[in-house]
Amino acid sequence: MSLWTRITGWMVLLFGLGYFLLPLLGLFEFSLKARRGVYSLDAYAKVIGDPEFQATFAYSVMMALVTIIIGVLIVVPTAFWVRLKMPWARPYVEFITLLPLVIPAIVIVFGYIRLYNTSSFLPLTGTILGTNILLAMGYTVLALPYMYRAVDTGLRTIDVGTLTEAAQSLGAGWFTILGKIILPNVLVAVLSGAFLTFAIVIGEFTLAALLDRPAFGPYLQRIGANKPYEPFALSVIAFGITWACMGLIQLVTRFSKHTKAAS
Amino acid sequence: MSNAPPARRRLPLTWVGLLPFIIFVTLFLILPTAHIVIGAFQDRTGAFTLQNLRDLNTGTIPSSYWISVKISAASAALGCLVGFGMAAAVIFGAVPRWIKAPLMTFSGVASNFAGVPLAFAFLATFGPVGLVTLFLRNNFGIVLSRDLGFNILSFWGLTVTYLFFQIPLMILIITPALEGLKREWREAAMVLGATGAQYWRMIALPILFPSILGTFALLFANAFGAVATAMALTGSALNIVPIQLFAQIRGDVLGNPNLGYAMAFGMIMVTAVANVLYIWLRIRAERWLK
Repeated sequence: MSLWTRITGWMVLLFGLGYFLLPLLGLFEFSLKARRGVYSLDAYAKVIGDPEFQATFAYSVMMALVTIIIGVLIVVPTAFWVRLKMPWARPYVEFITLLPLVIPAIVIVFGYIRLYNTSSFLPLTGTILGTNILLAMGYTVLALPYMYRAVDTGLRTIDVGTLTEAAQSLGAGWFTILGKIILPNVLVAVLSGAFLTFAIVIGEFTLAALLDRPAFGPYLQRIGANKPYEPFALSVIAFGITWACMGLIQLVTRFSKHTKAAS
Repeated sequence: MSNAPPARRRLPLTWVGLLPFIIFVTLFLILPTAHIVIGAFQDRTGAFTLQNLRDLNTGTIPSSYWISVKISAASAALGCLVGFGMAAAVIFGAVPRWIKAPLMTFSGVASNFAGVPLAFAFLATFGPVGLVTLFLRNNFGIVLSRDLGFNILSFWGLTVTYLFFQIPLMILIITPALEGLKREWREAAMVLGATGAQYWRMIALPILFPSILGTFALLFANAFGAVATAMALTGSALNIVPIQLFAQIRGDVLGNPNLGYAMAFGMIMVTAVANVLYIWLRIRAERWLK
């Protein structure tokens, strides 16, 4: 390894790291400047005290949890069934789960608005509950690629066929097998998918804004146009949540490696 | 992958297990998208027409597609370049190996840190009263917008902002490919008298080329569909396709619902072509990098 290569390598890396750290530093510094002349947490205090923040944040957390539950209920049985009974269908199912990466979210929600309007066969946008359901389904679609891949990878590490036969010979039904055998065995994968889903949903803007639901993303964008420092404090919080979710994914993955090594 | 022959002789009810999934994706992914695509080929009365696609060439639509394509291409190209450089520096040992794990973790986070918060991070740094802007002005007397012609609410501003999720995505995807380059190939080339530059030009880059080009296509699609960052950063100052489509969905600014469908259809086409390119090139790349 020549000296030049080393110097170039360091320069590229430091340039890259500088590029990534500066905006985070800038964001954090700016969020502390609400009081003239000194750094303070005023912007955070104001934001956290804002009832609209509390309401939109609670709404988005709720949505994220609902999305995770729907996602698990759809993805785990499907991935399990495909592995067990229909391995030939796997490429097709996988292809469908990757479609949300191809079709932009704004196009999907455009379709929702036109397809499920008040004069359609399923007038979901006509009621608040209906729109909430639609939003949750939309989020589940957005999270589908990540959730499916996580669970499918998790299923690869266990012997689905043998576990199922063993459970069946002891008289277990499908619900028992899924709930008591498969789910606990792929729990780490499901958790990774769940945290990623949480990170995606909590700050999501496009779907919530176009379906006109009071979520955190649109709220952030709205006060960004009106308030000087609060949106920056909120962005720090949002980044903290993303960071925490990714950290938790690392943690559960590492934890599972240790338990596997021990057994 | 082992493709077992279709088990057609078994109970014909096996597919029932997939029913919840099929119903879900049909209702909330396939049908809505199909509705848009079909609408793009219909006039107001529902009859078949190609007029909507022709009308895409009117008004501000071509310029918005053009600027979207330019931003996506620029951010994808720069993302590939910087991401490749950073991944290569770590993989080929120019910098200590332990940097790899934290870099990958950070890339995982940053590639998901898009949307509205990202826009504020760049506003707080390069905006009119941002950290870097003030620092340059107070210490060097350089005014970003005047002396360097840089404005965060512009083409380059948006491109630089997009790089924040483009570079990490490149690092995540290209690292396995770089690790797949076998040491023996390099040694064989050296034994035959190749210089480092020749090894890169004639062996490593041709092998990596499909991976790099494929990732470029993926990054392109990624930037093309991004809405929230651009909305929060520039409002409607920069007329890119997703922002125009957003306005169209909100209030039919084009004055023709089916033209809106055609615009959305155009977006699907662009991202679909980019993704097909990605998949095709990745299959090619895997011939060598297993």
